[in-house]
Amino acid sequence: MAQLASGPLNLRRRRAAFGLLPGALQERAFRLLVTAAALISLLLVVAIIYELTHEAWPAIRKFGIGFLWSTEWNPPNERFGAWPFIAGTLITSALALVFASVVGVGCALFLVEIAPRWLRVPVGYMVELLAAIPSVVYGLWGVFVLGPWIQHTAGPFLITYFGWVPFVDGPALGVGILSAVLILTIMILPTIVAISRDVIAAVPRSQREGVLALGATRAEMIWLVVLPYARSGILGAAILGLARAVGETLAVALVIGNSPRVPDSIFAPAYTMASVIANQFREVENDMHLAALIYIALLLLVITLVINALARLLVWRVTGGQRPTVLE
Amino acid sequence: MTTTAAPLLTMQSTRRRAADRLTTAALVAAGVGVIVPLLAILLFVFLNGIPALNMALFTENPGPTGVAGGGVKNSIVGSAVLIGLALAIGLPFAIATGIFLSEYARQGRLGFTIRFLLDVLAGVPSITIGVFVYTAVVLQVGHFSAFAGGIALALILLPVVARVTEEMLLLVPQSTREAAYALGVPKWRTVTGVVLPAAASGIATGVILAAARIAGEAAPLLFTALGNNFFSTAVTRPIDALPLRIFTYATGPFPYQHDQAWAGSLVLVALVLVLSIGVRALLARRRM
Repeated sequence: MAQLASGPLNLRRRRAAFGLLPGALQERAFRLLVTAAALISLLLVVAIIYELTHEAWPAIRKFGIGFLWSTEWNPPNERFGAWPFIAGTLITSALALVFASVVGVGCALFLVEIAPRWLRVPVGYMVELLAAIPSVVYGLWGVFVLGPWIQHTAGPFLITYFGWVPFVDGPALGVGILSAVLILTIMILPTIVAISRDVIAAVPRSQREGVLALGATRAEMIWLVVLPYARSGILGAAILGLARAVGETLAVALVIGNSPRVPDSIFAPAYTMASVIANQFREVENDMHLAALIYIALLLLVITLVINALARLLVWRVTGGQRPTVLE
Repeated sequence: MTTTAAPLLTMQSTRRRAADRLTTAALVAAGVGVIVPLLAILLFVFLNGIPALNMALFTENPGPTGVAGGGVKNSIVGSAVLIGLALAIGLPFAIATGIFLSEYARQGRLGFTIRFLLDVLAGVPSITIGVFVYTAVVLQVGHFSAFAGGIALALILLPVVARVTEEMLLLVPQSTREAAYALGVPKWRTVTGVVLPAAASGIATGVILAAARIAGEAAPLLFTALGNNFFSTAVTRPIDALPLRIFTYATGPFPYQHDQAWAGSLVLVALVLVLSIGVRALLARRRM
């Protein structure tokens, strides 16, 4: 209640601002002020879409929708197509999503169903903290720790023993698709673990007890009751993770190898939509190059908007209108 | 919870018990699989960062490229300037938006629309924010500037803080508002003088977490604040930031750059962790 005591003081100070206006008008003025401030987000979303479309217009007019599947990226000759970048984004994000979902949901189940309380709380806490580590730090780790490990240890191992698998082709450089996938996996794990843990913990106790009373083992309980019950929430968590992976820029730009070609191996250098913007935007060779990059930024925006809308729909449906608790 | 198989058919129950063990083992492995790489990152940041830490890092600016020594003082100060600008630009809008959502638009179409748009904004990739601010500010003004960087970071801050403000204001009991009304206090004064102060500590927590997040952002600064090899605090000129410097040095050819990138990362990670942990510890103590 100490805070309330400071109320009248504040009132006296605020009097100066609206002091000249009569009471009813003060009320209207304040309401107008906060409404106007709230409308800025509307203005911003419109402005972002308008500005990007406007600046990308030369490229949109010249290349049209074919930009999406053209594979030529030739700045000096002003020939641009986004497929290598779209493919790079799709491949790295999809693979990272698969890995992170399997491991992340497994970890969430471990935290909720198996881990004792003394382990569950600090681990959950730590995973949430790690979501706050800046992406450029992940990138630095990718360049100096993960990259060399793939080049000297994991890559040669995979090529020797799994060389017969399609797309596992040498040589293993430190940078490439695999490095980007692993970095993205690690980066989206905290998001997926935190949200699916909340969703799994929200499965009612009675559901678990019911199936245990029927003689189910813990594994059967997880497979038959917990996972089906939490299914759409987990899907939502995965899609939020996907949105993060798709938009991730610097960590990927540091480890993916920066080559505007559709990758033909998990070790091949490539580019994602976000990383090509980060790397080429400051050194554009001509106006069309800039317009093409902004066209890619627009496509990236559209993709992430669709993904986010899907995720929120799913998470909202499960948690009954409550927003996910993780601070993105 | 223990395994509660009641064995009738021994063969079947053995198989079920094996499946149970296997699932448990897989889940434990998944737990380890999450913890190990995340801890490895922290470990390497500490192992590589601590030997590279020295006073010069904080007190000197970068020397000529290729000459070892120097520090990242300009980047640290630049980051502080950028965060300050972002807070100055973003906080008024964010808090006012939160007030609007909690006090004036709890239900209704406009409130729903604004909430949806905030979610949209929160989902825009930070690199796209950078491109937008480049076209909307840098191209219009004609040059890169700390101001443009501050705007880009403010756009990232806005949805996060608006959402936190709304949630914190909603936690203030309705009876508190009614008490003020009963004393004849008009609504807007109730909001600014009673509800907002009561929620202030929660909002401050959200603001600190959001500031910790934008402290680590580099993507939106690439084409707005640009980076700067020299010391500068002018808002109208390009400015450096710690994450930008780490990004540049990570790809640089010189070992001293790599060392400073690790040391810079350590500083950044320490800052982010201290802020997050500190804020949560404070919150936990208040709840008790």
